[in-house]
Amino acid sequence: MEPVFDSKAAPKEAVVRPMVPEIFRVEKYRKETHDTYTLELKSASGTGEHRFKAGQFNMLYKFGVGEAAISISGDPSLPNPLIHTIRTVGSVTKAMSKLKVGDTIGVRGPFGSCWPVQEAVGNDVVIIAGGIGLAPLRPVIYQVLAERRKYGKVFLFYGTRTPDDLLYRGELEKWRARFDMEVLVTVDRASSDWHGNVGVVTTLLKKLVLDSDNTVAMICGPEIMMRFVAMDLIKKEMTLDRIYVSMERNMKCGIGLCGHCQYGPTFICKDGPVYTYDQVIELLARREI
Amino acid sequence: MLEPVVEIEQQVTFKQEQLQTLFTVLQKRDYQLVGPTIRDGAIAYDELNSTADLPVGWTDEQDAGRYRLASRKDAAYFGYVVGPHSWKKFLYPPVLSLWKANLQKGEVVVAPEAAEAPKYALIGVRSCELHAIAIQDKIFLQGEYTDPVYKARREKAFIVAVNCVTTGGTCFCVSMKTGPKATCGFDLALTEVIDGQRHYFVAESGSVLGAEVLAEITKQQATAEEQQDAKDLMEKAAKKMGRQLDTTGIYELLYRNVECARWENVAGRCLTCTNCTMVCPTCFCMTVVDTTDLTGQNAERTRHWDSCFTLDFSYIHGGSIRNSPKSRYRQWMTHKLAAWQDQFGTSGCVGCGRCITWCPVGIDITEEARAIRAGDKSDKATMAIKEH
Repeated sequence: MEPVFDSKAAPKEAVVRPMVPEIFRVEKYRKETHDTYTLELKSASGTGEHRFKAGQFNMLYKFGVGEAAISISGDPSLPNPLIHTIRTVGSVTKAMSKLKVGDTIGVRGPFGSCWPVQEAVGNDVVIIAGGIGLAPLRPVIYQVLAERRKYGKVFLFYGTRTPDDLLYRGELEKWRARFDMEVLVTVDRASSDWHGNVGVVTTLLKKLVLDSDNTVAMICGPEIMMRFVAMDLIKKEMTLDRIYVSMERNMKCGIGLCGHCQYGPTFICKDGPVYTYDQVIELLARREI
Repeated sequence: MLEPVVEIEQQVTFKQEQLQTLFTVLQKRDYQLVGPTIRDGAIAYDELNSTADLPVGWTDEQDAGRYRLASRKDAAYFGYVVGPHSWKKFLYPPVLSLWKANLQKGEVVVAPEAAEAPKYALIGVRSCELHAIAIQDKIFLQGEYTDPVYKARREKAFIVAVNCVTTGGTCFCVSMKTGPKATCGFDLALTEVIDGQRHYFVAESGSVLGAEVLAEITKQQATAEEQQDAKDLMEKAAKKMGRQLDTTGIYELLYRNVECARWENVAGRCLTCTNCTMVCPTCFCMTVVDTTDLTGQNAERTRHWDSCFTLDFSYIHGGSIRNSPKSRYRQWMTHKLAAWQDQFGTSGCVGCGRCITWCPVGIDITEEARAIRAGDKSDKATMAIKEH
């Protein structure tokens, strides 16, 4: 007896072999901070489109070690090379940190939902990142700046542990030098040679005046940080559907079949990683969901 | 819920010894027969060669944390309920190689596995199990991404359902509206009737292929009396369910009891051994394992059944998200009875009772649901968080 389905719910066309990695080659390797590096990857076969949307991720495979879900941090309009900024936190990311130019790496993806870059047209854009959370938001910055006139005010609030943990320092300085973008950076702790802000990222929001009905906020960082930032934005009368966050869980397949990334009723790999805040507000307040 | 696709043809009947004919007919059509057989003191699903491999004259006694085989007074082929196995082991293999890779002059070359799918005839599928297969169909075949291995095996499979005339101590299919009578999702459905000296099957086909196969065994129409006997047996079985689960508002009940004292209580007993997820016919979580050989030149990725009860399951850098047994049991039960409905439009539970029987400490999902309901303070319990 063959399976029977409602015709209205036919499966969508998807990646042909979603579980089999495609081989890419490391074109460039850049050390960003003491524990973070950026890989620029090109398909070894030189074929295929590797388009992605800001906020999506790939499953990266280091031969013989394993696979990890890593957000794409390059410019969606320039998907070749594929750019990933990775922090060394486990065995796979540590093994990948030892890759050299010319080495190969497996890629599956892109997977997941995206930041509301198009939906935000005509609005002010508030981007709030904590630590490595800037990596999945950088594609948004590229896209917004590429079509800067389509957006209202643009803010970037960025917090890290120490000044040495700041990612993309050169770009941060360029963005800060622009007259059409406000960039504020803070660190949790610093020595006397740091002249910037010290404190968690929410301290940067204190003076922020929002046009709450015409603003879209995109937040990525540790869960506790996203929760407190969202609470502040809600106090500034932003509605939950205008606040977006990006979530992270263990992932094995990236295509909604392995069950690992379940977050309440959703799968982060396909319903996320980017969620509107109303989808996650109840879950974020709970432990061990 | 399953909906019938082919109008069920008239019922026919054949003698018990003709069951072997059915096996032979299917074998001639190149089916590998798989079904119940005695192994390690339990009724397991494995390859069958003839009806002699069936657990003839055996039944199973089940209760929370308890499973025993017992001999029957008759020579029933299907006089038991369900064992520790489910059909997912054939359609969704517990271990599967996804691909192999090797280094050729320092370059990684990936070769996907392309094994041909076996052509199984599943013998003795219970109604709850038909529903479980339909649920896994939704998971593996109806989403954005499909599982090609499941698809190939599933589309080739021939399903011989057996209506339940015996009920187990942990069964609750009537509560879940998944049995005991097989209503659809099968090629053939049999009801085994033992009436004094007479031992026969009443059969109906649920597909064109099923009707073809059945026609090769018998054209003997079932008498009104035989049909009535079969019906009576099922109705009797439906009244003897070992367990009950009140599903009224269970979706809302579980979502509004994310924080409730019962989770601590059950966590005090749960060993997080993963048995319930392994025996569950709908649980579908899997993990991937990457291995290399000693030369370091050859790597392989295999897929394995996984369980939300392990610490590894939710591990991300820095630790496991679901560290406490409480959160893991909550995840499993809330997923099964509530989140499943959001994800796949159906309950994840079919009432087969396996998780109750095979829990080494006898945790009973129906009892846990009852306790949560008893402690439910729906007036003040709401998932809305005040602080926001």
